[in-house]
Amino acid sequence: MGLLNLFKRARTFRHGVHPMDHKEQTAHLAIKRLPFAPKVYVPLAQHIGAPAVALVKPGQEVVRGEPIAEAGGFVSVPMHAPVTGIVRSIDHLVPTAAGPKTPAIVIETYEAATQEVLYGLDQDLDTLTRDELIKAVQASGMVGLGGAAFPSHVKLLPPEGKIIETLIINGCECEPYLTCDHRVMLEQTDRLIAGIRTIMRATGARQAIIGVEDNKLDAVKAIRDKLPAGEAISCDAVETKYPQGAEKMLIKSLLNREVPSGGLPVDIGVAVYNVGTMAQLGELIPRSRGLIERVVTVSGPGVAKPGNYLVPIGTPLRFLMEQVGSSSEANEVIVGGPMMGMTVASLDVPVTKGLSGVVVFEEEAEDQQERPVYPCIKCGACLDACPINLNPSMLGQLASVRQYDVMAADFHLNDCFECGCCSYVCPSNIPLTQYFRIAKAVNREARAAAA
Amino acid sequence: MSRKQKKVVEIRTSPHLKKAISVEQIMRNVVYALLPVCGWSVYQFGISALVLILVTTLTCILTESLFCRLSGRPNSVGDFSVVITGLLLALTLPPGFPLWMAAVAGFIAIGLGKSLFGGLGYNVMNPALVGRAFVQAAFPVAITTWTPGFAAGRFYEFIPSTLALPFMSPVDTGLWVKSHAVDGFTGATPLALQKFEHITAGTLDLLTGSVAGSAGETSALLIFVCGLYLAFRKMMDWRIPAAIFLATALISGPLHLMNPAIYPTPLFVILSGGLMLGAMFMATDMVVSPMTPRGVWLYGAVIGVLTVLIRQFGGLTEGVMYAILVANALSPLIASVTQPRIYGATSKEAES
Repeated sequence: MGLLNLFKRARTFRHGVHPMDHKEQTAHLAIKRLPFAPKVYVPLAQHIGAPAVALVKPGQEVVRGEPIAEAGGFVSVPMHAPVTGIVRSIDHLVPTAAGPKTPAIVIETYEAATQEVLYGLDQDLDTLTRDELIKAVQASGMVGLGGAAFPSHVKLLPPEGKIIETLIINGCECEPYLTCDHRVMLEQTDRLIAGIRTIMRATGARQAIIGVEDNKLDAVKAIRDKLPAGEAISCDAVETKYPQGAEKMLIKSLLNREVPSGGLPVDIGVAVYNVGTMAQLGELIPRSRGLIERVVTVSGPGVAKPGNYLVPIGTPLRFLMEQVGSSSEANEVIVGGPMMGMTVASLDVPVTKGLSGVVVFEEEAEDQQERPVYPCIKCGACLDACPINLNPSMLGQLASVRQYDVMAADFHLNDCFECGCCSYVCPSNIPLTQYFRIAKAVNREARAAAA
Repeated sequence: MSRKQKKVVEIRTSPHLKKAISVEQIMRNVVYALLPVCGWSVYQFGISALVLILVTTLTCILTESLFCRLSGRPNSVGDFSVVITGLLLALTLPPGFPLWMAAVAGFIAIGLGKSLFGGLGYNVMNPALVGRAFVQAAFPVAITTWTPGFAAGRFYEFIPSTLALPFMSPVDTGLWVKSHAVDGFTGATPLALQKFEHITAGTLDLLTGSVAGSAGETSALLIFVCGLYLAFRKMMDWRIPAAIFLATALISGPLHLMNPAIYPTPLFVILSGGLMLGAMFMATDMVVSPMTPRGVWLYGAVIGVLTVLIRQFGGLTEGVMYAILVANALSPLIASVTQPRIYGATSKEAES
């Protein structure tokens, strides 16, 4: 199991898995703009933290790029109109990928409008202070575009007594099928570097390292070509292995340091940002604009025209699927990647800021089939896969008898970040990750009830 | 029914991908790896070995089916693990072992060793070894009666003890052995020869299997190659046999240096008896071995050390079976004291 690792080439972390990446479907396809949907649905809570508060009223006309909702607190971001049109509702309930419905601003698109972004003022970033930069990042409505959707400006302000020394820019894109970050690195290299410089100034970080999996060496080259010598920004290839793009794993690979259990990267002076986030910031902040669209990879066996599409926030998946065409065999629509993404029950779910991909399965390939569940045969494959070095087999046995508190107290349940490696390798097909998700939810409820 | 009119949309939680390997595939590959060993056994010992293998395997399958039916569980024969038990059990028995005793061993192996615990995944000890340990205690003479291999007419003539009637003592094989064996066959295994008469069998003989012994344990080389196949398919943990060989060598090496007349070389210890079969196919039984990286080495070391201790200082000539059974029993304890250090553990947590 470990013998061949003696000759390791690229930087990496221990354990993890190597799923088929299926990126060949879309990796070569340049980012393309799709037509605007007749109606867009902008959920007020599409990020971690407090929901945004609507600024507009039904019947009001909005211009593309105009703020339509303000941040509901520090850990919150404003929303901007993704299209020029007329507001139809500000509390329309739309389904989300996670399940529960959430209020959204509905804008009916003006068909005749040019949809050019006229909103925003140029600003000279060099004259801005750190605080003003952080405010500018919040005003752009930026959240982590890699999938977490955590408000970007919050990470710029480390807690009292902690400083950010190193920025890690995550260009791993370790999820199978997804290629949007790859295309962004190739096509928006200048914006990416501009964004990184801005964030380095906002955090005071001394260095920034862009980590890219070594199946995207063209992106590494493109970035390195644009980096002047002596720059504090560097770009490194890391081994292609899932979940290389998890921030804890990438920090280990690039810096050979570990985030303390239960802590955050800032505890060791690191902040991690996605390349897509940086490229968008590099584009938006100098013109004080807001985040209104993002690159979404639409791929998978069930898609007729897979590709990397520039999609306005709020576009319903139904419209997206109509544009790319889906096969009649399609039976599973996943938002995000297939390892950590969620299946949607309704195509009325809109594209949100944190949505990096839509993968459509049609239940054919061997690695997508449901199989019978056997008892745990203690093969230990999950221990060799877990990037956190947990004992998923033991946790799974405890979960099956509902010993959720023991799992957390003695077997580090809360260090699990649900990457799915254990479920992926389990020959008995035990839904380990799914068990752990339930266990954590039950523990959270128990804690809330006790408090 | 509704599938025709209405499309089914799957709602699942991540991960949505699955590595294309299953328990059934692992078990089937172990069976494939055991087949050459069985083939060699039949070639060496003839029809008696063939029928012995068939009887234990069939008994195991029937017992599993019976217990599944009794306990209301779905029949689990299809996962192939019971076939492994049947094959392994036969390979650890003497070639001329009476068939009715083999059936008893098979019944005990699956019934007592596996099904009573809840079937695949829940057993505490290797079922094949549980069955063998039972018949070792019940039929001490039959299980130490060795017959020579490569006997003329072995493909159509049974070893007389094979066909003993149930609950009857097997006929003495002495006469048959005299008439079939090459000159000088003493009916002793290399281990017994070494232990009691200090005659060490040649390394080449041990590798190729031209020695007396249990039906499937004679050719160390063949077993090793078959085990390697599994290790390369990542269906067997190579660290366990590695730890066993290492521990065996580390213990028997100094002993041999102290007194070469009594204690055999480490190479002999590794190649003789059931150590190779045990290390490659029984100690590596996933269900009963620990999973933690450090635990795996410790577990293998326990087996290696115990084997040498039993062989050199115990009353028995062979100790692999008991060494593995004891290590199986220790396995949960080993696992609990060797939990891996998790990513980002602070020094306080690293202790636990």
